[in-house]
Parts: sequence; structure tokens; C-alpha cells
Amino acid sequence: MAEAKRARPQPTPETRHFWEGAKHGELRLQRCDACRHAYFPPRPFCPACASREVSVFRASGRATLYSYVISHRPAPGFVPPYSIAVVELEEGPRMMTNVVGCAQTPAALVLDMPLEVRFEALDDEISLPLFAPAAGAP
Amino acid sequence: MKPGSIAIVGAAESTELGVLPNISEIQLHADAALNAMRDCGLKPSHIDGVATAATQPQAIAHYLGITPTWVDGTSVGGCSFMLHVRHAAAAIESGLCKTVLITHGESGRSGIGLTRAPVLPASLAGQFELPYGTFGPPTMFTIPVLRYMKTYGLTEEHLANVAVIQREWAAMNPRAMAQAPITVADVLASKMIAWPFRLLMCCLVTDGGGALILTSAERARDMPQRPVYLLGSGESVETPMISQMADFTSSRAFRVSATKAFAEAGIDHAEVDHLMIYDAFAHLPIYGLEDLGFVGRGEAGAFIAERNTAPGGKLPMNTNGGGLSYMHSGMYGMYALQESVRQMRGIAPAQVPASKISVCHGVGGMFAASGTIIMGNQRP
Repeated sequence: MAEAKRARPQPTPETRHFWEGAKHGELRLQRCDACRHAYFPPRPFCPACASREVSVFRASGRATLYSYVISHRPAPGFVPPYSIAVVELEEGPRMMTNVVGCAQTPAALVLDMPLEVRFEALDDEISLPLFAPAAGAP
Repeated sequence: MKPGSIAIVGAAESTELGVLPNISEIQLHADAALNAMRDCGLKPSHIDGVATAATQPQAIAHYLGITPTWVDGTSVGGCSFMLHVRHAAAAIESGLCKTVLITHGESGRSGIGLTRAPVLPASLAGQFELPYGTFGPPTMFTIPVLRYMKTYGLTEEHLANVAVIQREWAAMNPRAMAQAPITVADVLASKMIAWPFRLLMCCLVTDGGGALILTSAERARDMPQRPVYLLGSGESVETPMISQMADFTSSRAFRVSATKAFAEAGIDHAEVDHLMIYDAFAHLPIYGLEDLGFVGRGEAGAFIAERNTAPGGKLPMNTNGGGLSYMHSGMYGMYALQESVRQMRGIAPAQVPASKISVCHGVGGMFAASGTIIMGNQRP
């Protein structure tokens, strides 16, 4: 019997650029050409001003820890306890992720700590952006 | 809506609440609906409006033998029933129908005949939240609170206190699932679910149903029960993804919905005798007290700890024991409304003496939606 895996995202035409980027180790966001608003999750228009003139760009991958929980519940593809976090990207948007590469404890997971993106391949098509404590950070 | 023009004339919960493996979801709807019709002396042939959530109004109308001229299937989570009350009032006032039945039934514990839709992998939540191991509300609804705690200095003890005080209310309610007294130490020693949330800070998981019947205040005069008048209402939505909530310390949907309801009712906070704030988790009454404007930002934890919302306090809140101790089928809003109606009728197990105005505030999804109903037992 196959080991239970974490839920696999199913890309749509409007989100495909994000998952293509992730596959190549790039965190891609969108920015409005009209009002310069950077946004996430993907859609082919600006949620701030409704302009359809938007561009995809590569984000820095730097973020800070905005909030999280440490789940102690069993979940497919996870070994509890594990963090379910929301990070604030340097460019402004927030996204859900798991913080990895450190102890899954309140002492190790400190709000506003600097993080950087890393990618975990689920299969040949899908890589998930996860975040780890930034290199060189205290 | 003109305050006092519409009344709740029938209200009932399912005959039993709790662990009910011998009854399906649709029959929980029907059991509560039959009880509500008996409560006000009406038959299905008298009902011409049907509203429900999670399932569809046609399923309920057909099952009960109702031929409606108006239906509402608004399904935005546990506060859907607050929105139904609001929509029903507008429908009755504009002549689309005369008598509306709102039903809820949920086999949240036993899972018999479930109708709720799962999160699909191609939805935005399915792509950008579900892969991170979110596993139901305990791992999502809870995510904002650490940001709130850092911003305002709220402590784990403050969160625990919410559960302790609601258990005090539940101890007065024979129908409450959990009635044994608990202490802050008990809550903080209970099983860790999703740090900083422990088991006793999370709602119960139970089976049950509830139903309401609304009509015009004029027709309510001929009904057997004391009418409970609708004074004001509000609704809003924000985002289906908790990660995209704009401010993790405050709900926009709460603020918009509550502001609308208070303005429509034309009352100020000091006039409120009784309050229900949907408590799927211990932080919700804290966000609610602030976003509804009962206290200032960051003050709700201390306000609750100082026993203002406890039995004998100046703002009795969640007097049935709440989702934390009374019952929580999954879409708890119906039970909050039922308790407000009982309080306004003067028949609640933990009755607040001489109360005239009740505010009932609901949440849908994980801060995704909100509905606020203000009701009173005197027609303005």
C-alpha cells in the first residue's frame, strides 16, 4: 500500500505560471502594470484596481513569519508536530506554507523571524514552496 | 428593513442533540422543522419560503412537503442562518413570501447522510492551503491568533478563561453536552491540538438540528408564542482562505456585518442585554467583542477575565454554553440564534433577567463570512 501523501495541488490555467515557476525553483508573483500592486494568489487581473494589464515576476523568496500553529493532529503526508504557517513575502503578499529546517517548537518559531523559500518536489510536475530560517539570520 | 416589522414566531432545535448515530442529516433538518412548526401551530402548507445551508432548499422543501414561492440556499458556513434571517426579512417585507422556514441539520459527529462539499484540489484553497497539512478548522481557524497575541499581549490563560466561563454557563443548561466545571489549569493541561490551542479551547463535535419560522409582525400577533422582533441585521464576507485574511487581529467581515446591524437597529452597545458570539474556538469571542465594538482593540481578553461576560456579569455572553460546551454540529450559527430567541422569550435555562435586546453574531468558514442579527422582545 502506498504511503499517504500530502494533498496535491491541481493547477488551473490561471495558476499554471506559479507551478511552472515552482518546478524550476522560482517563486512567482504577479504585479499590476497600472497600479504596481503585487499580489497572490494568482489571477489574470489586479485585485486592487481590476486592470487586466498584469505581469508575472520572480519574487526574492525572502519572507518573515507572520503567524502559525503547530499541528499535533495526524494528517496524510505529515509527521506531527508540524507547523502550518502564514509568511509575509518581502514584496507584500502573504502565503500559507510550512516552516522547515528548524525545530517545530514555539521557541524555534518566532514571529517576524526572517525566512527564505525552498522547494520540495511532490512529483515531476509539482514542487511546493516551503520556508526555512534565513541563512545568516541570528 | 424597518426595525420590528418582522418577527421570529417559531423556533426549535432537534428533539435530541449530541451523539445521534440513528438519524441522518436531512432528518435532523426535518425533526427541527417539525418541532418549530409545532411551536407556532403551523403546517407545511402554511410555509411559502424555505432557506437552508449545506444542503439545498429543494431537498428540504420536498422532504417536508412545502411548495415555496421563495427559497434561499445561501451557504457561507456556520453563519448562513443569520444571513437567511436577514434575507427572509427582506423577502417578507417585499411580498415575495409570507412565512419562511429556515432549517439546519448536521450529523457532524456521526457522519450519517452528510451533504457538505469537500475542498477540491483545483480550488485556490486546494492549491495554496490544503497541501500544507491543513486538516479541518482546528488547524486553520487558529492560525491568526499568535499574531493577535503578539500584537496585544493576549495570553494562553486569557484563551483558557473563555472556555472556563462558558462552562459556567453550560453548567446551568441541562441540554449542554459538557457541564462539569473546569479551571484554567484544566484547559492548559488538556491535549494539544494545534499550538497554542488545546482541546478545551476547541468546540465540541456533535449532531443536531434547528429551525426558525419568520413572518410579519402583524401576522405574529395571531401566533401562540411571544414574538421576537428583528431589529437589525448585517452580513459580509472576506476570503475563503485564512492565509489571505487582511488583518490577523481583526475580522473585516465581523466589522462590516456588525456596523450594518447596529445602524439598522438604531441602538448603541449599552442597550444590549444579551450577546451571542459564535465560538468555534476560544479566540472568537475575543475577536467578536472587539470587532462588534463592545470593547476597544486588545481589551477583550481582560474583559472576559474580569467576568463581564460570565454569569452575573454586565454583558452575559454565550449563555447556552456556546460551541465550546453546549453543542457544535459544524454550522453552529443556528444554535446561537435559538439561544437568543429563548432569551428574548424569557425561557432560557440560564435566563438573563429582564433582557430586552439580544445581539447574535455568527462566523462562516474561517473568518470567511459573517452575519449579525439583533432581536428584541418589544416592538419599537
